[in-house]
Amino acid sequence: MPAALRRSPAATVAKYAALLCYLVFALFPLYWLIKIAVTPDALVFTEGTQVIPSAVTLDNFRTVLLQTDFLSYFGNSLYVSLGTAAVTTLVAAAAGYAFSRFDFAGKKLLIAVMLITQMFPLLMIIAPIYKIISQVGMLNSLTSLIVVYTAFNIPFATFLMQSFFDGIPKDLEEAAMMDGSTRFQALYKVVFPLTLPGLGATLGFVFTAAWSELLFALMLISKNDAMTFPVGLLTFVSKFSVDWGQMMAAGVLALVPSCLFFIFIQRYLVQGLTSGAVKG
Amino acid sequence: MEGRAVIARATKTVVPRRPRARRSLYLQYLVEPFAYLSPAIVLIGTVILIPLIIGISYSFQSIELLRPFDSGWVGFENYAALWSDRKFWIALENTFFWTFWSVSLQFLLGLGLALLLNTQFFGKRLFQALVFLPWAVPTFLSALTWAWLFNPVIGPLPHWLADLGILSEPYNILGDPELAIWGPIMANIWFGVPFFAITLLAALQSIPGELYEAAEIDGASAWQTFSKITLPFLAPMIAITVMLRTIWIANFADLIFVMTGGGPANSTQILSTYIFTTAFRKLDFGYASTIAVALLLILLIYSLIVLWLRKKLIKI
Amino acid sequence: MARIQLNDVKKSYGDVNVLRDINLDIQDGEFIVLVGPSGCGKSTLLRMIAGLEPISGGDFMIDGERMNDVRPRDRDIAMVFQSYALYPHMDVARNMGFSMEIRGDAAEERKSKVAAAAETLGLSKLTNRLPKALSGGQRQRVAMGRAIIRDPRAFLFDEPLSNLDAALRVEMRLEIARLHQKLGATMIYVTHDQVEALTLADRIVVLEGGDIQQVGSPLELYERPANKFVAQFIGSPTMNVVPVEGGAGGITLAGSKLTLPHLGDTSAAVELGIRPEHIDVVAPDQGMLKAVADVVEHLGSDTNIYARVEGIGPMMVRVHGNIPARSGDLLGLNIQPLNAHIFAADGTALRRADAIAA
Ligand SMILES: Nc1ncnc2c1ncn2[C@@H]1O[C@H](COP(=O)(O)OP(=O)(O)OP(=O)(O)O)[C@@H](O)[C@H]1O
Ligand SMILES: [Mg+2]
Repeated sequence: MPAALRRSPAATVAKYAALLCYLVFALFPLYWLIKIAVTPDALVFTEGTQVIPSAVTLDNFRTVLLQTDFLSYFGNSLYVSLGTAAVTTLVAAAAGYAFSRFDFAGKKLLIAVMLITQMFPLLMIIAPIYKIISQVGMLNSLTSLIVVYTAFNIPFATFLMQSFFDGIPKDLEEAAMMDGSTRFQALYKVVFPLTLPGLGATLGFVFTAAWSELLFALMLISKNDAMTFPVGLLTFVSKFSVDWGQMMAAGVLALVPSCLFFIFIQRYLVQGLTSGAVKG
Repeated sequence: MEGRAVIARATKTVVPRRPRARRSLYLQYLVEPFAYLSPAIVLIGTVILIPLIIGISYSFQSIELLRPFDSGWVGFENYAALWSDRKFWIALENTFFWTFWSVSLQFLLGLGLALLLNTQFFGKRLFQALVFLPWAVPTFLSALTWAWLFNPVIGPLPHWLADLGILSEPYNILGDPELAIWGPIMANIWFGVPFFAITLLAALQSIPGELYEAAEIDGASAWQTFSKITLPFLAPMIAITVMLRTIWIANFADLIFVMTGGGPANSTQILSTYIFTTAFRKLDFGYASTIAVALLLILLIYSLIVLWLRKKLIKI
Repeated sequence: MARIQLNDVKKSYGDVNVLRDINLDIQDGEFIVLVGPSGCGKSTLLRMIAGLEPISGGDFMIDGERMNDVRPRDRDIAMVFQSYALYPHMDVARNMGFSMEIRGDAAEERKSKVAAAAETLGLSKLTNRLPKALSGGQRQRVAMGRAIIRDPRAFLFDEPLSNLDAALRVEMRLEIARLHQKLGATMIYVTHDQVEALTLADRIVVLEGGDIQQVGSPLELYERPANKFVAQFIGSPTMNVVPVEGGAGGITLAGSKLTLPHLGDTSAAVELGIRPEHIDVVAPDQGMLKAVADVVEHLGSDTNIYARVEGIGPMMVRVHGNIPARSGDLLGLNIQPLNAHIFAADGTALRRADAIAA
């Protein structure tokens, strides 16, 4: 950026001040979350508004991990989120590939339908879905959650994957086919390695979304041993007469996988949106 | 087969390779995309579209789990009830307020962040990863965190606001009908700025660098460069992102639901939380669907207007 | 090796007919160059032969066997793309050996064949590099190496040299010619470049508007273009075409009569075509046409004169060698009757019956 070269010192100071503001705004609530989690129970309310607690403890984490069902919730969530991420990415990659590489009858209609699925209140279909799923006897099953989450994440994931595929020249696959590959071999040997960042971004995006979903999990799961983490966390409210410290500790633990995933994918997310989605 | 072809070549005799008989390439080209699309189509069809149609049909029925014997088709009765429902109109107004302020503040802050991230500075990678983190936080957790931050007993915000003279004394704004909605809006901004920043940053990065160089040579000031090049280039992306985000936020009930539950005195009740309470507190699914259909229509009209404006105003 | 035949091959996208009834019989080992203006369907035709684009109608045969519905991988044809289409995540050796890898050939065999091809193309030192670390010319060679290694029945090239600078183009052109001589394989080559077409081709196919305008050897196209389009498309600088009055015994051009006995009946003529190099410059009062030199370019080997001709308008003249003409000079011009072409109202070239047979 040539413009950046002739910035005045005042502008530079303003820029770093702005960066600092954003950083504080983004991280302070997270800090508060952690702060409450490590504050000893006795001090949660007496030092409630103090920015730095006078003592820290890992008791809450210990309790959460050893004396609650947290690990089971965590495992369920991990299973559902990983399953959703994997299936969605696979399905969306196939669909995105078709959108990127083929012209076919009904393409516009399909895109419109996918956009509309992003448009209506999900609440509207919770009751019908509940009914359908209870009729096929899949209530309290983590598989049903995976199926539902997958369907809801497909449209965005498809657009994301399409924009990644758009960034890979069609020539490459054609060259591979001329070299004797089947389309599948061309996909596997040439397109797949090149679209790894895209697959990673999509995986991470869907994982994060599935990890934090509450509404459907609340509706479709009522048995304790099938609860995902967000639902389980809500039970902390009643079970332990709202033990804030423990709840926060559980929250902090739950943040770890999605944040890790997110830190890993966010660069690819920008990259993916840059290559294709902008044309829209 | 390959071996034979090689031998054929070596001896320079023409042994035609037997092409495997297969259906016409043409047919294959027609069918192939649908083979890739079918899982997506089946899933969206069964999990979203069919329930959606059932859901719409609910709005023409009376389905109250508390009055199971009254169920059946009722025509437009639910819609008539909606028209004269004062709570619906309040919720509609709140929806506008909530959506407008959430979207515009998210957008402005997101644009600022994207512009900053599009420059070079020390530690940029780490900064970008950290500043985007709120997006990865599960929404109910964000909601809880912000609820505490606004709580004068365990959160610092009321005290700071009082120190700044914005509040007369440190009290919980979530309990004040005048101000309560700003609590969830604040949480929403925190949670949503990264989304705008990511999409706008992507758009910014796809503006060709030569354009800036040309503008520089032409002697454009920083502001002129921004308003004459950056903004027009971003406009299509802005239109789409703002549209999708508006729809999403209008439907987004989690934050309000956890932070205020629609109260106090319905002052934070938006349409989607109203749908939720109607469906799962009153167990009146017919009426809940009616409200949802109304919201869907409003959003559809809104998107059509945005798309039309975009076509009219943006020439790229 | 392969004889490639196209019988009434068609291509349409929906209602748009991109190619109509293409008939072409390419002999084994022949070097065919496809030329034509942008958008005329050259790439489409090539891609149909490759199998990358479905054929809408007609028969496409290799060695007498109908191949319309055979997948690209089973056609045993290699293609060099304009963009080279090198796999960015594979090094040069793996790029070149990719077809063998797909075929499941032994690593040893692959290695030795890649090494041999790299040697031929002067890439031996670069086999471990990724494509992004290569220059344009080197990428081009890798793309060719990838094709050669297959030992295919036919090679297809879609403007393979258009991304290279002038010097490299000449070099690679010679390389391709050498390759053709060495392998003796059938090659089909798309280009925009006249020189490439004229130097490489056994036969040139001129495409325009979805139809083949003419097929013939470079000399044939130059000397006996079938119509005005081919006449103006082939040859550089472009042929002059000027309006004339036809007549049974000859044509009338700017008031002077010109008899063209080698063309027979010229009563249908409406235009005369004459290449710049087939106009002689003489003293102002001795020529059939009077002209003023507008711009004179001295190229050393040739002299180009952009002249305004009395009663006709601008014409270009090329004289071999250096002549002392200057801008503003009066000139006399004589058209070499034996090198004149005449066109009927529909643009077809008029020819004496026996001349066509010849
Ligand atoms: N998918 C498509 N749908 C509709 N028309 C197409 C499609 N692909 C190509 N065409 C049309 O087919 C015609 C031929 O295209 P083609 O790429 O073969 O031209 P070309 O002769 O190779 O041109 P160039 O010299 O510019 O490469 C063009 O007019 C193009 O617009
Ligand atoms: Mg082309």
